[in-house]
Amino acid sequence: MSGVTTFLTRRRGGRSWHWTDIVSWLWLIGGLVIMFGPAVWLVGSSFKTPAQLAEFPPTILPYVSQQASVEGYDTPLPLYSVKLPDGSTRIMAELRRIGIVAQMVDPKAPKDIVKVNIADRQPVREIGFATGNYTEPFVHFDFLHYLRNSVFVTAMATLITLLTNSMAAFALSKYKFRGRDLTMLVIVGTLMVPLSVILVPLYSVVSAVGLLDSLWGVILPTVATPTGVFLLRQYMLTIPDELLDAARMDNASEWQIYWRIVLPLAAPALAVLAIFSVVWRWNDFLWPLVVLSRKELYTLQVGLNTYAGQLNVQWHYILAMTVVTMIPVVLVFVFLQRYITSGIAGTGLK
Amino acid sequence: MGRITLTDIDRAYGKVKILHGINLDVGDGEMLVLVGPSGCGKSTLLRLIAGLDRPTSGRIEIDGADVTEVSAAQRGLAMVFQSYALYPHMSVRQNLAFGLENIRMPKAEVDARITEAARMLEIAPYLDRRPGQLSGGQKQRVAIGRAVVRNPTAFLLDEPLSNLDAELRISTRAELAALHKRLATTMVYVTHDQVEAMTLADRIVVMRAGKIEQVGRPLDLYNAPANLFVAGFIGAPRMNLLQVKVRSASATEVAVEGPSGLAAVIAANGAALKSGDDATLGIRPHDVDLSPGGAGSVEAHVTLIEALGPETVVHATMAGDEKMVAVLNRQGLDAGDRKISLRLNPERMHLFDSAGLRVPSL
Amino acid sequence: MSAAATLKTWAGAALAAPVIWLASIVNVPLKSWQRATGTGGMAAFFLAPNMAIFGIFVLVPLVINFFYSATSGTAYFLQDRNFVGLEQYQRLLDCSNYLDTATCREDLFWKAVHNTGLFVVVQVALMTVVSIATALILNREIVGRSFWRAVFFFPVLLSPVVTGLIWRWILQRQGLLNLIVHDLGGEPYNWLTDRFWAFTAAVSVSVWAHMGFYTLILLAGLQAIPRDLYEAAEMDGTRPARVFWRITLPLLMPNLLVVIVLALIRAVQIFDEVYVLTGGGPGTSTLYLTQYIYEIGFASLLRNPGLASAASILMGLVLVVLTLLQLQVGRRGERKGARQ
Repeated sequence: MSGVTTFLTRRRGGRSWHWTDIVSWLWLIGGLVIMFGPAVWLVGSSFKTPAQLAEFPPTILPYVSQQASVEGYDTPLPLYSVKLPDGSTRIMAELRRIGIVAQMVDPKAPKDIVKVNIADRQPVREIGFATGNYTEPFVHFDFLHYLRNSVFVTAMATLITLLTNSMAAFALSKYKFRGRDLTMLVIVGTLMVPLSVILVPLYSVVSAVGLLDSLWGVILPTVATPTGVFLLRQYMLTIPDELLDAARMDNASEWQIYWRIVLPLAAPALAVLAIFSVVWRWNDFLWPLVVLSRKELYTLQVGLNTYAGQLNVQWHYILAMTVVTMIPVVLVFVFLQRYITSGIAGTGLK
Repeated sequence: MGRITLTDIDRAYGKVKILHGINLDVGDGEMLVLVGPSGCGKSTLLRLIAGLDRPTSGRIEIDGADVTEVSAAQRGLAMVFQSYALYPHMSVRQNLAFGLENIRMPKAEVDARITEAARMLEIAPYLDRRPGQLSGGQKQRVAIGRAVVRNPTAFLLDEPLSNLDAELRISTRAELAALHKRLATTMVYVTHDQVEAMTLADRIVVMRAGKIEQVGRPLDLYNAPANLFVAGFIGAPRMNLLQVKVRSASATEVAVEGPSGLAAVIAANGAALKSGDDATLGIRPHDVDLSPGGAGSVEAHVTLIEALGPETVVHATMAGDEKMVAVLNRQGLDAGDRKISLRLNPERMHLFDSAGLRVPSL
Repeated sequence: MSAAATLKTWAGAALAAPVIWLASIVNVPLKSWQRATGTGGMAAFFLAPNMAIFGIFVLVPLVINFFYSATSGTAYFLQDRNFVGLEQYQRLLDCSNYLDTATCREDLFWKAVHNTGLFVVVQVALMTVVSIATALILNREIVGRSFWRAVFFFPVLLSPVVTGLIWRWILQRQGLLNLIVHDLGGEPYNWLTDRFWAFTAAVSVSVWAHMGFYTLILLAGLQAIPRDLYEAAEMDGTRPARVFWRITLPLLMPNLLVVIVLALIRAVQIFDEVYVLTGGGPGTSTLYLTQYIYEIGFASLLRNPGLASAASILMGLVLVVLTLLQLQVGRRGERKGARQ
């Protein structure tokens, strides 16, 4: 234990603690709480029942009310800890509630109905997970559709992005042809054209080609990312041309050179682009929001926003579905974070 | 068969002309070495032969067939690159097999060829490794192996030894010579190292600034360089070149005089020269010796003596700041001996006219 | 080879087989195309899919945006719209006092402009300070640096909708923030219905969501500063504050400028997370430009695509200026970073 402590408090050159060290660690610990806390709170809340979500002050952990089957009643009844007029406390089941008066019975003596003021009873609860929050939206709402749409959009957009961007990057890095510099200039020039600037005309273009209210209308405008072409081209420039010449001497066609030589060698850059593309497309919101108007075509992000925007927000479902929406990104974060951070540090890509 | 004929090849990139009217005939089974300083166009010429680049004008024939517009893949040639250009993501075996699979060769034959090449080049132990796990020499062998398995009509080698260390370069050079002897396939070999050219070539092509300066067997180039450039390029240490004046000239002999009392009569056809012309006298360091002085010898001032063991290299300066290097095949020259007399062997003198062209010896 | 490894190899081969087969099928027609057109034709082939998509979905909209902004009506097809010249721009810019949105014809647009302006200034300033502080701390010799770096990076990956919902949940009446306030003895408050707190929340949440990205760029810059400079300063007995102002900050400047300009560009376009968090409210207090464009273009009953288009072009102009600034800054940074 003392070893761990020395390890954790170890300082450069074995010097003693400086006030900046304390500030640093406070900052880091505070960062840990602020960065992860909200997500943890979300996950915890997503397992609470609607009644519990409406409580104030909220509990940290999710609880479920205990219930008991009582002879003579079809459904299980919720259990309460009741303070009786004689001062004793008993566990009783609630039959019904009228105004501020609840009718309670002792499960062991189902015949004796006792009337209790609701202020005198506390629900009996235990830590438990309202998993229905997760299963219900898939069964009764369109979330299964949304999930499927999001997966489809993400997968197709990423595949097409990788293919078309890498082909273009190959041409732009390994061939000399007239107009190459102009093409590169146009691509770099539009690197920073954000969606919001061309929102209206893009909508009309997409509707003109008949892709309105279709998942392809969501996918296609996103795949020709200048960023991807740029990133891959920069990487492919580092592949020596002699390798391509060697392949040409080896009877390889240009397509084979692209497919068998350049693509495998560009794998690290492709991996970075693939990860980014997955995160981008999974998280896309504004464009799907504009293009998709049929509810069954919504992606998770749009669906979530729609449900969250209703007058009567069903937070227990929303929270659970937010967690579901978060899962792929968390997986990417846990397993592939290294690639992303190196990608950003190397290229300033986001 | 592997006869390659180049006719009037020009290559220009925009306004920059890289090659000017190259005519060259590579005989079947010949080891032809293209040599020249960097930027002379030798690598471009090799790429034109390979089909990796197209000439601006001119014709390339292989075994009599015009291949000028034929793609690299269809020419049936194999190339060894300076950087080896091994596919880093494939094992050695896959590197060797790649070209064969591309022409849909049956698997059994691919395996047989790889086994044979691996045995010949002693790369069998590394067949399943990636290029990144090999040493420079091993990569070199794999690169050659990749060319060998193709069974090409000719090998094109682009400075294949330049990335090896000195010791390995010498042993690999010998192995290449042996390989050429065994395969008896045409090889076109590009290098900037004249020693490689001398040791490997059946014929050497000396190039400069996109033009061929001279083509010939190594010793012909050594013994009778066609011009000053070849004279200076072939042979180490470099040939001594002295500015001289023609005193008299005839169809059978030319008399010249130069600095430090240099006077020589050379058996050469000087019909085109006349008295008073500027000329250059060339003498290889090995053809210079010490003399006791007197008539026919040259006085010089020693600046440096390099005792290499079997021979001693003497650097000296003559009047008019002309430099002279002599290689003496013995030891024991007195380092304190500041002034020396040198004798230039008149039978081994080369004479070049004011345009730098050789005055033909008799 | 173990059974699992064999299985993995086989599964990999089985997955790869159709793709490889497809690629080899594609190779056959492409070989004849190559023979017919040479390598130049192949360049065209490789460029074609990307440039086609790029042309249709980026270049064409970019160009027709200008035509859009010169038309009126509610139809989306250009041929169904009436040409009105610069009327939409006049309408947007019709204002007797630009500082008082009530005097503007399109008061909502100017509300959005004002809101965005304030948001950009506060958010970029806060973002820069927080990112620098975090990067400086991460650049110290701390235990588990890559873990801490990951901690601050985590929210960057979250979708704006998730970010918005997480914070909406925390800031709502029965939320975590009120729990803390309650435990500290305060009164629970409806944070998002208050103009000031909604703005504060919008700024803080967007900083929370993106600071990790900028921290990474700054950290990369800090790590590129040669260690021996600090050692030399230590030998000279330079005080830490002076080291920061005279060594760290000047050498970090290229990265810092990139960060500031990138943050500016992004802040001008702020939409998703704030839209989910506040919906632009309360009232119009967190209505920003992109939301204005979206609502005027599509969502509102008074939709007017021409007006939205004109507004987007005005926003685009600001972004072009910032982008040019960024390219300039980036080029300077590139030259400095050439040693890598």
